[in-house]
Amino acid sequence: MSDRNQDEMHRSVGRTIERVARESYGRLVAYLSVHTHDLASAEDALSEALVSALETWPQNGLPTNPEAWLLTAARRSLIDVIRHQRVVVGAEPTLVLLKENSMEPASSTAFPDERLKLLFVCAHPSIDPAMHTPLMLQSVLGLDAARIAHAFLVQPKTMGQRLFRAKTKIRDGGIPFEIPEERDLPERLDAVLEAVYAAFGIGWDDMFGIDQRGRDLAEEAVWLARFLVQFMPDEAEVQGLLALMLHCEARRSARRAREGRYIPLSEQDPKQWSLLLIEEAEHHLAAAAKHGRSGRFQLEAAIQSVHAERARSGHTDWAAIALFYRQLIQISPTLGIKVGYAAAFAEAQGAEAGLAILDSIASDAVSHYQPYWAVRAHLLQFVGKAHAATQAYDRAIGLAEDPAIREFLLRKRG
Amino acid sequence: MQFALLIYHSPEEFVMRENDYSHPHLGAWRSYYKALVEAGVYVSGNALEVPETATTVRLREGKRRVQDGPYAETKEQLGGFIILELPSIDAALEWAARCPGASIGAVEVRPLSPETLRRGFTG
Repeated sequence: MSDRNQDEMHRSVGRTIERVARESYGRLVAYLSVHTHDLASAEDALSEALVSALETWPQNGLPTNPEAWLLTAARRSLIDVIRHQRVVVGAEPTLVLLKENSMEPASSTAFPDERLKLLFVCAHPSIDPAMHTPLMLQSVLGLDAARIAHAFLVQPKTMGQRLFRAKTKIRDGGIPFEIPEERDLPERLDAVLEAVYAAFGIGWDDMFGIDQRGRDLAEEAVWLARFLVQFMPDEAEVQGLLALMLHCEARRSARRAREGRYIPLSEQDPKQWSLLLIEEAEHHLAAAAKHGRSGRFQLEAAIQSVHAERARSGHTDWAAIALFYRQLIQISPTLGIKVGYAAAFAEAQGAEAGLAILDSIASDAVSHYQPYWAVRAHLLQFVGKAHAATQAYDRAIGLAEDPAIREFLLRKRG
Repeated sequence: MQFALLIYHSPEEFVMRENDYSHPHLGAWRSYYKALVEAGVYVSGNALEVPETATTVRLREGKRRVQDGPYAETKEQLGGFIILELPSIDAALEWAARCPGASIGAVEVRPLSPETLRRGFTG
């Protein structure tokens, strides 16, 4: 084989491994850990399998079923690891189990998809809620600790340690690898959805549209929501979450001018929104509504749906948005929702009315919350309280992380 | 617990800082300081003069060695520091991310030595 052919071969194998790893990572980790409860070992075993794939595939050619090949290799190295551990913890039953499993024919359709169980494990109530999203990103999607650390603004070393501690708890803490029973399902599912939405939120805030890293994280979250819809089609809130994220995704490119300037929703040109994504979002929102069970994500999606309506009607029904926010406050009185309510109520009923709602929020809760100060500044400016508005803009500018938003606020402050 | 934000400027930022008081970037800095004070986390801090004004002193084998300029010849130079009182490194990294200097230069976050260790130095 000529050097050039060999190079081409290596590149093609590299691409295949990348694709298989991306598509199969979570499936393989879930399958390898569902009995052992040992995520860290399953991930290590899979990494080893991927490394040996990189070494052997270019020489021996691609296996007919790459996923099955990886599973067999990973299982072999997992058995080695457990054999070493056996002296210490007595892993005999696990070993037998793995060996029994390894007798099964390993084709990609033959081994069950255990990712849903894995998602419930990652968002289990006995795991620190702050770790739910990082665990999902790593175990189900295969993101490395360093990338997760960037997104969460912590040191890579620290994120590695936190992930390790969480996995130790999963292994030793008796957390079941199963879909929760009917009775616990709403609450447990809510934790899963929260974690998926948190990933989306980070991708969304993170230098929207400009930073590739941020955009990827939002895409990963949408992927997880699609996966959940596929496996839990009868859960209204799952459909609601997907609808919410698709509505936001539809406006992604409209949020920035060509030169990177930030454009707030009210000034966006609806012609730049993706009608295809809006349509898909509406489809899921309608499917959710059929179940007759309202919920937080459906309400948030409904708010986005009203905004999207501007593409057709040319105006925004702020009274409807304020009403949805009021219902949201009943079930999820977070700071973000209260501030959103104040902004919508101001549009519907006047700036003074919006300011009154902002005033009713406890002041120690808002000292670090940028959107509160941005909305407050905007409303104060509107009612002609120039000095107070400038002060509020200062707070918002000082708390802004995204340079484009900082510039936007600086311009508005004047 | 106290943290130092060590702010590293690019040469361009030093120039901007010296010459263009009305530049939006400096406006962002003023707002950032106000936000730190209002949030009750600001302890102290200051900007440093441009690196060209630095003089570096070393004592080697009994001889004084005086160098014109800063210790390290890198592109980004220490341009200032802020000391903050915060509950955790996580909070310190958040404030570092909001720092206008982070979007064009770099912000290094370091915990201050604990009081007991500091007394060992200062008596």
